[in-house]
Amino acid sequence: MTMTSRVLLLTFAALLSTPLHSQDAPLKAALPPPTESKQAATAAAPKPHESEGQRIFQQNCSRCHNAPEGFPPSISGTIVRHMRVRASLSQHDEQELLHFLNP
Amino acid sequence: MARYGSHITLSPALWTRTLAAVLLGSAICATAQNVPLLSGGVGFLTSTNGGSTSYTPTIEPVLAMPLGQHFMVESRADLLESFAPNGGAQPGYDHTHFIGLSYLQGDYIASPHLTIVGGTFLIPFNTYNERLTPLWISNFQATPLIFSLGNMSGGAATGGMVRGSIISRPKYSFDYAAFFSSRVGTEQFTAKRSSGGRTSLYLPKQGLEIGLSYDRSLQGFPASHENFYGAHVWWEPANTAFRLRSEFARGHHAQGYWIEADYRTQAFGGLDSWIGRIEPVFRMQQTFRRDNAASDGLPSVNTQRADFGLDYNLPHNTRILTSYSRQFASNGNRNIWQTGIVYRFLFPTWKGK
Repeated sequence: MTMTSRVLLLTFAALLSTPLHSQDAPLKAALPPPTESKQAATAAAPKPHESEGQRIFQQNCSRCHNAPEGFPPSISGTIVRHMRVRASLSQHDEQELLHFLNP
Repeated sequence: MARYGSHITLSPALWTRTLAAVLLGSAICATAQNVPLLSGGVGFLTSTNGGSTSYTPTIEPVLAMPLGQHFMVESRADLLESFAPNGGAQPGYDHTHFIGLSYLQGDYIASPHLTIVGGTFLIPFNTYNERLTPLWISNFQATPLIFSLGNMSGGAATGGMVRGSIISRPKYSFDYAAFFSSRVGTEQFTAKRSSGGRTSLYLPKQGLEIGLSYDRSLQGFPASHENFYGAHVWWEPANTAFRLRSEFARGHHAQGYWIEADYRTQAFGGLDSWIGRIEPVFRMQQTFRRDNAASDGLPSVNTQRADFGLDYNLPHNTRILTSYSRQFASNGNRNIWQTGIVYRFLFPTWKGK
């Protein structure tokens, strides 16, 4: 079997093995579960921390890599500190990102 | 087949002792959200270059351990076993293994705009070395041809670095990094005497980042100092899954550039539909020799290369990477086929308080 055939087969197999229904988005999965009730979710605008933190997340983390599919809150501070150094985040950005990951 | 040129080799015993010591220190200081984490990627990669196929199972663990409110220790290791056909018409395969550290650094957050880094760290020259070398991030297995320019061949420096955000506003941000590396020739930590830095401007609304890099090798062949200049442009329009990244680097003996684009469509059920998970990738790169004193890792003649990739982002942090590359050079053209599957893991080292 040629290398071309192997590549095509691999890709085809991957497509077949993936369910047709939509999966949870990686970004959504990495984010904390919503805590608002239905009333709050429909009535209010996003919390300032949530929108600011989400913006920082998208502009600094998601630009290089897919968000991991969920992680425990116990390491959120470690992740944010790692990102502060790697992405040269400001202290403000670090705090907003931490609030976003731990509302 | 090395994905990038880590020069730090470390014995498993020393790695284990280092890990245990820092974990112990971190356990004392850990707070509710600052439990040390173990992350990284594990993958199985194949590469067929000029008709010869190699197989490489690899793992790249990352350890990050906060110590108190201002310190952190972090490290990334690289463990791989490479199986390649025996040369000289001999049947069968030979194998080699490699264990090394990409970096082992301590970070001290001194002020809102200043972080001091000490130890062995990735050289902040352009973007690829710091951001895109991790196994679970890169779109292609192979590093760009110009990777060694400005990264002192191996990509790691041993010494000190200051970095941080100069200013960060909703409409723009400006950051910097400056380093100095001493010459280290031990088996565990090898680095060249060098210094340099990078600065970049990011415009969030436009999704545009522009940066400039400079560093200077203070040793090596020829026995004189050598300057490296770099520039990078990233364009990632908001609300799309399109990314355009590019770098240019120039040294005393060679120069080159690469441009990489990737895209995931959201038109058929979003990014997590089976179509949205497909990620076509394209990279164009060229290198140019300025003279024949090949002190860098670039090809010995002018080279052009086009990389066509098709990645698939499976659920549960798993990616399939496939690519075909055609390389054109006066000393011979060649085809390069690469495939791989990579899983990214992330978990705390213990349950925490």
